[in-house]
Amino acid sequence: MEIIYRFYKNRLAFIGFILIVLYLLMAVLAPLIAPYDPYEMDRDKMLKEPDSENILGTDQFGRDILSRIIHGSRISLQVGVISVGISLLFGVALGTVAGYYGKWIDYGLSRVIDVMFSFPDILLALVVMAILGQSLVNVMIAIGIVYTPIFARIARGSVLAMKSSLFVEAAKSMGVSNFTIIRRHIIPNITAPLIVQATLSFAFAILAEAALSFLGLGVEPDVPSWGIMLNDGKDWMERAWWIAVFPGIAISLAVLCFNLTGDGLRDSLDPTLRNEVL
Amino acid sequence: MAQYILKRVLIAIPVLIGISIIAFFLIRLVPGDTVTAMLGAHYSEERAETLRAAYGLDRSIIAQYGIWASHVLQGDFGYSYFTGQPVLEAILQRLPVTLQLTAMSIIIAILVGLPLGVLAALHRTSVIDYLASFTGLIGVSVPHFWMGTLMILFFSLYLGWLPSGSFVGIAESLIDNLRHLIMPAAALGIYVGAVVTRMTRSSMLEVLGQEYIKMSRAKGTPRRHLIYVHALKNALIPVITIIGIQMGYLLAGQVVMEQVFALPGVGRLAIQSIANRDYILMQGTILFIGTAFVLINLLVDILYALINPQVRY
Repeated sequence: MEIIYRFYKNRLAFIGFILIVLYLLMAVLAPLIAPYDPYEMDRDKMLKEPDSENILGTDQFGRDILSRIIHGSRISLQVGVISVGISLLFGVALGTVAGYYGKWIDYGLSRVIDVMFSFPDILLALVVMAILGQSLVNVMIAIGIVYTPIFARIARGSVLAMKSSLFVEAAKSMGVSNFTIIRRHIIPNITAPLIVQATLSFAFAILAEAALSFLGLGVEPDVPSWGIMLNDGKDWMERAWWIAVFPGIAISLAVLCFNLTGDGLRDSLDPTLRNEVL
Repeated sequence: MAQYILKRVLIAIPVLIGISIIAFFLIRLVPGDTVTAMLGAHYSEERAETLRAAYGLDRSIIAQYGIWASHVLQGDFGYSYFTGQPVLEAILQRLPVTLQLTAMSIIIAILVGLPLGVLAALHRTSVIDYLASFTGLIGVSVPHFWMGTLMILFFSLYLGWLPSGSFVGIAESLIDNLRHLIMPAAALGIYVGAVVTRMTRSSMLEVLGQEYIKMSRAKGTPRRHLIYVHALKNALIPVITIIGIQMGYLLAGQVVMEQVFALPGVGRLAIQSIANRDYILMQGTILFIGTAFVLINLLVDILYALINPQVRY
């Protein structure tokens, strides 16, 4: 309860959380609230300025920008959930095994994590995309792989701190298997830093998808992804500024609210980390 | 100190080997025959045979890695099948643009981030502090490639002040060169500046709360001297580290930014190689950027140990 109260008292974080809820609602209710079909092309409405009919204007194919942004939230949500899920699953597994078993397993896995950390994130994602090919599923896999080492490092550090604690020693002396100790006693105790990182990684995942699609190496070109919309927009900037501007605002707002909430969660879950930089 | 440097270098070696293994296997993971992937549209039986012999492609995978690694260590990264140019030459040709963009972004980040961070710490919970925090959050939340696009929209298309989409070398005209690079450098610099602001603020706050500062104040040290000599000097130690780390991340940021502004840098070369399926060039650029990233981090760690003896545990 105290954690929820602390989080609630952090005004910026709470605003971020409310915005996340709105963003989730927008994604879930997209077919109901979008004024037009995001794929519907209309030759008579090409590059139309924002007006009362198309609040955020239309793109080069006459598709409604607002409807595409609303449907785009589904893509970014999907990318965020699945890619963070992949990173979390593999990262925690790798980090926990490395931290718990130590010795050469730790040395080997830590070097693998180091190597993955040695590539700038977007470059690693691009390489994975180059191998797998352009598609939404591959974007999620690529981003999932890129952010796996962050979770692995956090899990490893937490497990190392946890494994010498008395309750783990006690469980060991009672003959509890390693798997049960990890599952029942260690994982539940390292969730706080993982939740914070998952929230912040959600923001990174949205940015990474947008960057990949912006470069033309992300999702398929007809998908209403915010990054694809930015990519379309940059070619029409001289004639139609709105195509590039509004999806950018959507990305920035989504990333901002996940950053605010992530920072707020970090402060609430561990007050000693207050003021820590990203 | 020598022991610490040795330890850090020894940790970096397996990482560098790991990067080379990833770069090596990259081509092997591409579906289909490796030689076909390497030669692309330039495929001919004769060329394929020459390549197989040169890289020992009929031998075991470990032997192949050994041959490839020895080529790389001698500076032979292979040839781009798209242009026929040696890969290392193509990278080195584009490196100055990337280095200049990195340097300019870092300068902008320091010029923006450092004063803003110090002011925010000195005037905690004031308008300046909130402004700095807000700028910091915006800086890390707004995609820098979109920031770049907005800058083109405003400064190039609307105001017509700055050029976009072309590049002038520093040797041709310094002024024109700077005019072409200022927007991408600012877009990247704002992001790094946001991180520098946050780090400077928290570091300054920590130092200002320490006993020796209180002691100095009690002894009547002038405020300006106390802040800029006693406090800032120590507060800068973690800031220098974060700037060093950001230099590595700037390499990643430039991959996208060079594409937005059509700058002939290493990042754009990497994107072009991926888009053209020029696998040898892709392998070379990945290896180069990954190695540069590790070496920068190694240098930062050593520099950090030099300026802060506490880390040499």
